[in-house]
Amino acid sequence: MNEFLICGKAFVVGGLICCVGQALLMYTRLTSARILVLFVVSGVVLTALGVYKPLVDFAGAGATVPLTGFGYSLATGAHDAVVEHGILGAFIGGVMQTAAGITAAVFFGLLNALIFRPKAK
Amino acid sequence: MRREGKRTFFYEEGAWIRSRACMAGQKESEGPLGNTFDQILEDDLLGQKSWEFAESEMLRRTVELCASKADMSSGDIGALLAGDLNAQIISAGFAARQLGVPFLGLYGACSTMTEALVVGAALVSAGYLKNAMCAASSHFCTAERQFRAPLEMGGQRPPSAQWTATASGAVLLDEAKTGGMRVTHGTVGRVIDLKIKDANHMGAAMAPAVADTICAHFEDTGRCDRDYDLIVTGDLGIIGRDLLMELLVRRGVPMDDKRLMDCGASLFSPEQDAHAGGSGCGCIASVLAGHVLSRMERGELGRMLAIGSGALLSLVSSQQGESIPSIAYAAAIERSQRA
Amino acid sequence: MNGKQMPDAKAYSEMVDRLTPKTPKVKGFLRAFWVGGLICALGQAIGALGGALGLSYQQLPMFSASVLVFLGTTLTGVGVYDKIGKYAGAGSIVPITGFANSVCAPAMEFRREGLVLGVGAKLFSIAGPVLSYGISASVIYGLIFWLTEVIG
Repeated sequence: MNEFLICGKAFVVGGLICCVGQALLMYTRLTSARILVLFVVSGVVLTALGVYKPLVDFAGAGATVPLTGFGYSLATGAHDAVVEHGILGAFIGGVMQTAAGITAAVFFGLLNALIFRPKAK
Repeated sequence: MRREGKRTFFYEEGAWIRSRACMAGQKESEGPLGNTFDQILEDDLLGQKSWEFAESEMLRRTVELCASKADMSSGDIGALLAGDLNAQIISAGFAARQLGVPFLGLYGACSTMTEALVVGAALVSAGYLKNAMCAASSHFCTAERQFRAPLEMGGQRPPSAQWTATASGAVLLDEAKTGGMRVTHGTVGRVIDLKIKDANHMGAAMAPAVADTICAHFEDTGRCDRDYDLIVTGDLGIIGRDLLMELLVRRGVPMDDKRLMDCGASLFSPEQDAHAGGSGCGCIASVLAGHVLSRMERGELGRMLAIGSGALLSLVSSQQGESIPSIAYAAAIERSQRA
Repeated sequence: MNGKQMPDAKAYSEMVDRLTPKTPKVKGFLRAFWVGGLICALGQAIGALGGALGLSYQQLPMFSASVLVFLGTTLTGVGVYDKIGKYAGAGSIVPITGFANSVCAPAMEFRREGLVLGVGAKLFSIAGPVLSYGISASVIYGLIFWLTEVIG
């Protein structure tokens, strides 16, 4: 039962974050590349301001799966690494925390690009 | 006189339409004009190694078909006047490489077909060429990857977006009186820019250029919309067509709605998800060479004006934030009663 | 020719806005909401699965991110993700699966331009900016945090 409640919260919060992106798409005509960049940087800034962590605690994947969550991981990674390693941590933490996602994207992206061909629409 | 007014050519000796050919892709064949194309591509790659070479192959086949309809081999072609949307017009250039014919590469974006007719008719009428093969092509997959997004990228298009037609058309102009249809006038366009920046709204970018060329043509020749049975625009799409009508009202030359046909707005049906309509060099090229000239050949049209319009932007100019300049060329075609 | 000129850019832009149909807004939001929400809920479920497999609490977000990236790239490869994107808009751009799509789609598209400057380079055509600005922002945050920690 508890799992269903958590998934429900993730659904609602994640859906709402996507609606912010949809608003940008429809009202500003920003390209998807710009929206992705904007969301990641916003995630870092919101985490730095202490706003994003409560959202992650509340909604779990609803806050970590959208690209703002990628920014959250970058920021918490940098934060924790600075605590552990000092100034060098600022250069270690972000990428370390997100390494799995980035590597998966590069590896699976490459693999799929080598296997499949784009289809005519 | 071989000129009328400031920028209209009058082809005194005539440039006669000897033959014509057009091809289109699967999606286009499922549209309202689907049965007007000579051939439907069996697949979008045509056995080539890339979309670009598929487009080039389509153009080559169209030219060869057009020549064979006139009982000619490609060696008899006086010159090929052709272009496309790819950078450095590689579709046309590589098709000309295969054909081995004298080649005049043209770039007027989606206006290339009418640009070719205007220039080709001049060269034939003046006697520089015995015949001129005017052709243009576009391919959805080459245009998408060059101007928009990779094919497999997920995203939405606004209602003003247009769908680049996978199509090509060729018209063979000849100095000999064959076929009974001739190009009589050609009006050269000016590059017009009313500061539209939205690359998903080509109709809006191009409508002012079309209005400008139509007004210049009417002013130069002393004609008006009632002198033509049909006025054919290239790929303004549904919204661009409305904009053109309103621009013409503002210019004091309102046009009868029934006389105006936009190839882009006619190519796809609303269910085909092409939003504002078709676009691309191949749009007017294939619809003119097929549907429209067939109607004239059947005697349904006595005189028509074809106006192709093109957006002269590039990826570089739009990334640098520039607005979209456009151009339009007009070619008047009529059916001779005597021939 | 009085009043018979082309409108100026401002007047024309108003005319274009008036004649251009608007994107259906409510439908757009609803679709983005349910598809985006579903992807996030799926992420949550994958996390729970990871927990059941014995992964530690800290590893769960990384695990679900990797699995979602795998799904995003694969759906791109088989030609399904662009259809989801057409339906859902930001609902499938904003989740990490959209990032995966933006990595895979350009790489696939430029396969014919070669393995190095085609696939290899284009893989990063959108991921590149995302990583550049994201990583730089995290470095700036880390440095500011370090400064305030040391001084404070």
